[in-house]
Amino acid sequence: MNSLNALPLLIAAVLAPLAQGVINRTKAIVAGRVGQPLIQPYRDMLKLIRKGAVYSETTSWIFQAGPVAGLAAVLCAGALVPLAALPALAEFRGDIVVIAYLLAAGRLFTILAALDTGSSFEGMGASREAAFSALAEPSLFLALAALARRAGTASLTPAIAAVSARTWTQAAPALCLVLGALLIVFLCENSRIPIDDPTTHLELTMIHEVMVLDHGGPDLAMIEYAGALKMWVLGAILVGVALPFHSGAVWIDTAIALAGIFALAIVVGLIESLMARLRLLRVPELLIAATILAALALVLVRR
Amino acid sequence: MNAMNQAVDAILVMLALTGFMLLGSSRLTACIRAVGAQGILLGLLAIAAQDGELSATGIAMAITSAAVKGVVLPALLLRAMRQANTIREIEPLISYNLSILLGGLGLALSLWLGGQLQLPTQPASSLFVPAACFTIFVGLLIIVSRRKAITQVIGYLALENGVYAFATAVAVQMPALVELGILLDVFVGVFVMGIAIFHIGREFNHIDADRLASLTDQ
Amino acid sequence: MIASMILVPALAGLAAFLIRSDRLRRVMLVAAAAIHAALSLATWYRAPAVVRGAWLGEDAAGRLILTLTSLLFLACAVYAVAYLRDERGKRHSDFEEGFIFSNAREAVFTGCLLLFLAAMTLVALSRHLALVWVAIEATTLASAPLIYFHRHHRSLEATWKYLLICSVGIALALLGVLFLAVSAIRPGGGAVSLDIGDLLAAAPNLSVPWLKAAFVLLMVGYGAKMGLAPFHTWLPDAHSEAPSVASALLSGALLNCAFLGILRAHQVCVAAGLAHFSERLLLGFGLLSMAVAAAFIVGQSDYKRMLAYSSVEHMGILAVGVGLGGLGAFAAMLHVINHSLTKAMLFMVAGNLLAVYRTKATREVSGAVRALPLSGVLWILGLLAIVGSPPFGPFVSEFLIAKAALDSGRAAVAIVYLLLLAIVVTGIAGPALAMAQGRSTASPDAASRQSPIFSAVPAIFAAAILMMGIYLPPVIGRSLHEAARLFGRG
Repeated sequence: MNSLNALPLLIAAVLAPLAQGVINRTKAIVAGRVGQPLIQPYRDMLKLIRKGAVYSETTSWIFQAGPVAGLAAVLCAGALVPLAALPALAEFRGDIVVIAYLLAAGRLFTILAALDTGSSFEGMGASREAAFSALAEPSLFLALAALARRAGTASLTPAIAAVSARTWTQAAPALCLVLGALLIVFLCENSRIPIDDPTTHLELTMIHEVMVLDHGGPDLAMIEYAGALKMWVLGAILVGVALPFHSGAVWIDTAIALAGIFALAIVVGLIESLMARLRLLRVPELLIAATILAALALVLVRR
Repeated sequence: MNAMNQAVDAILVMLALTGFMLLGSSRLTACIRAVGAQGILLGLLAIAAQDGELSATGIAMAITSAAVKGVVLPALLLRAMRQANTIREIEPLISYNLSILLGGLGLALSLWLGGQLQLPTQPASSLFVPAACFTIFVGLLIIVSRRKAITQVIGYLALENGVYAFATAVAVQMPALVELGILLDVFVGVFVMGIAIFHIGREFNHIDADRLASLTDQ
Repeated sequence: MIASMILVPALAGLAAFLIRSDRLRRVMLVAAAAIHAALSLATWYRAPAVVRGAWLGEDAAGRLILTLTSLLFLACAVYAVAYLRDERGKRHSDFEEGFIFSNAREAVFTGCLLLFLAAMTLVALSRHLALVWVAIEATTLASAPLIYFHRHHRSLEATWKYLLICSVGIALALLGVLFLAVSAIRPGGGAVSLDIGDLLAAAPNLSVPWLKAAFVLLMVGYGAKMGLAPFHTWLPDAHSEAPSVASALLSGALLNCAFLGILRAHQVCVAAGLAHFSERLLLGFGLLSMAVAAAFIVGQSDYKRMLAYSSVEHMGILAVGVGLGGLGAFAAMLHVINHSLTKAMLFMVAGNLLAVYRTKATREVSGAVRALPLSGVLWILGLLAIVGSPPFGPFVSEFLIAKAALDSGRAAVAIVYLLLLAIVVTGIAGPALAMAQGRSTASPDAASRQSPIFSAVPAIFAAAILMMGIYLPPVIGRSLHEAARLFGRG
């Protein structure tokens, strides 16, 4: 194992909150404001770490374990995901399934922690999150399966490495469909508009924010950091498919990948500024559309 | 030619996506734009599938049909929609989610059918016949499951588009006059249906074809 | 000369929309119909040459249906002129629900009538199967405004159903035409010709599965237009709401044109050796139509709907006849003539009754013979004819079909056929006689106000049907044989 393989995970660990900051800055600029500084998410996390946490008497150890487990799951998933041309820390046959299930495990612990509070708001958020993730998971699997099938391997790093400029000229429709499906899954998993509004303060309209309503202090810092990491991990997959440039040098590859991820962050910021949140009843339709896109991609690849 | 095949593939995938758009949207403008997009895609398909043997009449026919199906007919339908004062389809007989899932099943069936059908000439892409069958299926599903009269006309247009796509798939060349005749028929058909919808809206204060049920036996 | 048969009514139709004067328009209607009739009769004396590869041409079946349509249209045109004159300036109140409605502009009615004739002529004269398709779709579009002449919600509903069902069916028929073209594609390439002559010549080499699928789709699509069950659902509604002259044309002429479409497909199948397949399908759908019609005729309370279901039944009889082949095909072509004349007459008489009695319910009409002597008698005679009673024309054709079934050893078919005919008799004869006899419930002055043309035109038809039952002119007989030979296997 090359020590260079640790680079994607290290970069993710360090720069993930920065992507969050780019999204916030983009939204502010589009809205005509100056906006927060780009490193504000770091400051928020530091502030939260210095605070103490208050635990309700109705909660149990699950409530305290939730954030930790979530962060651990995302870190493990991050170890398996390549950053564009940079290979991941670990790769083995079938790691696609492990990545999806690690992300699901993180989500599971968040849901359990939310249910553990015994509050109806968190329960409502937990049920919504479970429903939407259940609908988004087939899309993720089908999209990754299309990539894997194209490369003839069941591991994510080789699958993304196989996407070269030549692949794009040969199978552009399939890859566009995969990108579309992955983008919708990205927006769903990270609770972005049009599925969920991260800036809303009305609990009845929240999905993700309301699940973590009762967490405070270091727990909340871990949750926010895990959220940023999850966004980075899923974004890395997207960028890997979208930017098929493989040069030999590490620095050029890293620069291209970072440019891609920050471009994705800007795109997400634009989407958040220009679109409104969908009615909750319409979200399943969007997710089913993502599933159809991914299924079509798989069919195209299998021909 | 690989690039041509790529282009045909891309157009066919977009054709299938417009089919799903038709099945899933409740807003009538979205449905009308979807059939309009289908019309334009079919015109492009006719040119792309020629694969080098482009005749002047062929291109002219493709442009004419794209113009009629992609611009004129959607404009007619939008006018009928505005005159009937409807913007949305109310809850159809088969809900939107179920429609999309049925569409997925229909797509799978079409792919299977495309594999089974022994065509005497190889179409430009193996997605050709499935995309055409899928569009026909979408048209029939919409006619059968929607309530508003104008959505039924949209379904009829999708059905015609599917048949036309099939004609392009099997590369059946009709004489230009006959193609023009078919196009004219479709145009006048939609025109007459639009007038009928206008009258229905005025007479009934709704264009819910589901509620047109006063003529029965006994 | 052939093209003029299409152009004359087409141009007259377009002109009708522009002419302001009602009188001039009505004169033009009858004049165009007369010219068309003269031209079509002229083709019997000097048959136009069938140019291979030309789009228009006349073969025996086309000539038969064209002449029938033409003469029917002439009579209906005369009736329509009297009808339009009668409807003008009258206050129209609905018979069933009592509201006031208006009529469509007379120019629209007349223009659409003429365009309808042009489209039907094109169906009969086309030799290119895709052109036949274009023409049949054109007949749908031209006849829809005719149904919507009385502008109220029921006729609008009937028009919408007619438009939608027929258009969807015909779209499927287009797929069938495509499949036919695919079946004609040769492995070596080369242009595919949908000319009927070329298709018949290439028939043995057509790809069988594609041809079968094409026939099924064409039968479904054109069958919806023709009124075969289970695609007939637009028929009763359209016929009960349209003015009677439009119903007469729809039943008497349009259904035949749709039948011609199916016949062309059957021709190709027979030439390709698939006669067994197509005949079986025709037989099945024919018997199904007869059964459905019989089920709905018994206990039918609306006499115009009763006539409409009778049309469904007779279209079933036509399909059964062609499905039997040989003598059955000859009988089917004879039945085309008999049914058209009888049904047109019945619808016109029904229109007379409706105008006087102001109700469509069978129960409420009585004493027709007393109120409208000629129409009442024609009503009885017409209904006797339509159920197949001698000495009228339909008896001969229906009898020959039964004979064909028994001759070819298909006793089961013959039994079912005769049984269904018997059921229809019980369904029709009772109400018909009750309507004609008894004390008159009509207002006497309404009856006397009716113009004699309304009864004279159907009377001519009645005489023709009587003649067909007793004596078949040899020239017609020869033409029927020729037509039957096209697809009847001798």
